[in-house]
Amino acid sequence: MHIRTEVSERHTLSVTVANEPGILARIAGMFAGRGYNIESLTVAEVTEDESVSRITIVTSGPPAMIDQIIAQLDRLPPVHRVHDLTAEGAHVERELALVKVAGTGDHRIEALRLAEVYRARVVDATISSFVFEVTGGTDKIDKFLELMREVGLIEVARTGVAAISRGHNTF
Amino acid sequence: MAHERTGADILIETLTDLGVEVVFGYPGGAVLPIYDAIFKQDRIRHILVRQEGGAAHAAEGYARSTGKPGVVLVTSGPGATNAVTGITDALMDSIPMVVITGQVPTPLIGSDAFQECDTVGITRHCTKQNYLVKDPAELEGVIREAFRIATTGRPGPVLIDLPKDVQVAATAANKPRTSVGYQPQTEPDARAIESAVEMIAAAERPIFYTGGGIINSGPAASAALRALAKLTGAPVTSTLMGLGALPASSPLWLGMLGMHGTYEANMAMNKADLIVALGARFDDRVTGRLDAFAPHARKIHVDIDRSSINKIVSAELGIVGDVGRAMEKMMEVWKARGHQAADLSAWFGQITQWRARRSLDFPNSTKEIMPQLAIKRLWEATKHRAPIISTEVGQHQMWAAQHFDFEDPNKWLTSGGLGTMGYGLPAAIGAQIGNPGALVIDIAGEASIQMNIQEMSTATQYELPVKVFILNNEYMGMVRQWQDLTYQGRHSHSYSEALPDFVRLAEAYGWKGMRIDKPDALDDGIAEMLAYDGPVMVDCRVAKLANCFPMIPSGAAHTEMILQANEVSGEMDDEAKALV
Repeated sequence: MHIRTEVSERHTLSVTVANEPGILARIAGMFAGRGYNIESLTVAEVTEDESVSRITIVTSGPPAMIDQIIAQLDRLPPVHRVHDLTAEGAHVERELALVKVAGTGDHRIEALRLAEVYRARVVDATISSFVFEVTGGTDKIDKFLELMREVGLIEVARTGVAAISRGHNTF
Repeated sequence: MAHERTGADILIETLTDLGVEVVFGYPGGAVLPIYDAIFKQDRIRHILVRQEGGAAHAAEGYARSTGKPGVVLVTSGPGATNAVTGITDALMDSIPMVVITGQVPTPLIGSDAFQECDTVGITRHCTKQNYLVKDPAELEGVIREAFRIATTGRPGPVLIDLPKDVQVAATAANKPRTSVGYQPQTEPDARAIESAVEMIAAAERPIFYTGGGIINSGPAASAALRALAKLTGAPVTSTLMGLGALPASSPLWLGMLGMHGTYEANMAMNKADLIVALGARFDDRVTGRLDAFAPHARKIHVDIDRSSINKIVSAELGIVGDVGRAMEKMMEVWKARGHQAADLSAWFGQITQWRARRSLDFPNSTKEIMPQLAIKRLWEATKHRAPIISTEVGQHQMWAAQHFDFEDPNKWLTSGGLGTMGYGLPAAIGAQIGNPGALVIDIAGEASIQMNIQEMSTATQYELPVKVFILNNEYMGMVRQWQDLTYQGRHSHSYSEALPDFVRLAEAYGWKGMRIDKPDALDDGIAEMLAYDGPVMVDCRVAKLANCFPMIPSGAAHTEMILQANEVSGEMDDEAKALV
């Protein structure tokens, strides 16, 4: 007997929640408990009085599961609103990565050149290493890391996806 | 000018103000300040249980039989962890419950102190919401919000973890909470209601599939169901949790559906062209194999919890809202549009043919008491008193659901979603506390009753005349039945060995103890149990190998019911074994 798998879609969810201790644990635990996927998660306070946080979650699964995830999030008492940015259309997604690349000679030069192409900034430099700061969509970050691996990447610290809808509407 | 109050005082005063009359609990070091506050007042009655799980189940029984939220008070560490099963049970069956747990003083939190555990962490995923209160000024706001969350929307358990120093600290401040995020939708969408009415009016083979949501909505929802069923003429079936919403004596009643439901109820669900799901969630006990479930029917799913809709079964029309309200709105629209009940005589003709299979019949015996007969005789002897019935979990629970007819809601207390053995006795105690004049009976198995047997002492202390009617077949009957079906009768640890003499055990606890072991002694024994003014435990010896039918076996479609013992096959393939 084999466990069955189904076609999966990637969705970016933007969730506003009451900024209280334990709310992140409740959401992460809900995903884990029901077998849902968290590909990335970012969270920060977004109101001046620090009473509301926004959690941006990238998840994936069959369409029926995505629908369930949204419903399960929505019914948690501390959750205010849940928006499926992928379903709602035009939105902007960005990640940030800090990438440490060690090398000398040709590798070092190539690393700097590629960093320029990707508009990455040097935020730390020694004779034998750089730390690059690069922002962009997930694909751009993935590609940059793939290239850096060829020229001496030794460490990566990466944020999750932050996302926001295009246009002047807000929630 | 507000005066200073301690956290414990704030707790007691707020509970009193919210109308709480009873708290089920057990003391301990971390809740001593609260217990002192309880000692000094007499408006809230505290019921001392014998194990914290008993407090949680008692609160559940109280809540389901009265419609009011059950309140639990336990200490930190093992007190809280003992209550986890009951809290999870309340979550699965949507029972309104507020649990207050003591906690070690705030400076000690996280230091592995004596009787410390991460209560909020442990109960995070078995509560609807939980809180750790570190400032007494926030306590009243938290309590009020906790009750609001526990009792509105889809009801459920809410836990408040209260450190000992916060119970002792005094404050004059009061910081109310503004819970913006939680706004359950009770009013159904008007256009969706109109569509639903049209679908019902046009259906040739409609069926109402009702569930625990109707009980939770309140007695008005049960009344609305009766009226709506009568208006539309549709037959009605119910889940385990919804029994009593429609009177069993109604001509529209098909019996319970699902794994141990009647033949006619399951067949009607399969052949219907329209299923109206009212406060039920298409649980796996009801659907059987999903790809064979109700293939001809469009589904209208009315539920207060949006996440229930399209979770297991996709509905053509989902309606989020309070089910009682939704039914009332449907009737308004139905009448305003001048609809008449369709001619469903062909449909009922089909149903009558299915009923003719008499799927609830069981073999007769003059030598031993058939458990189904014991339930029926119990019902005959008590029905005029509209008793409150609780059960434990297993075969006896299914037989009680099949053979004990209910005419009203809030009379049937059973652990459906979690299926917790040991639920029935404390739940009966909670129900008796909430309904002092009522006849309350726990129908039990001899394995289940041992799980919270210590609560017999609680019944004695508070002079609660609960009756415990044990169907003793010396097996964990349902486990044995599955082992017969799935594992060729290898009865691995499903035999009840070293049973106590229940009569002497009852007497040791100050109860009346009785044994019934002959069929011709059954009626007299039941009468003797009912006549006694006090708690009674009856050890009713029943046929040991009786099996519960009908049964939808694991992995089967809901039409593939086993009706007779000789249809049992003995072994199952891996796919079926992998399902519960």
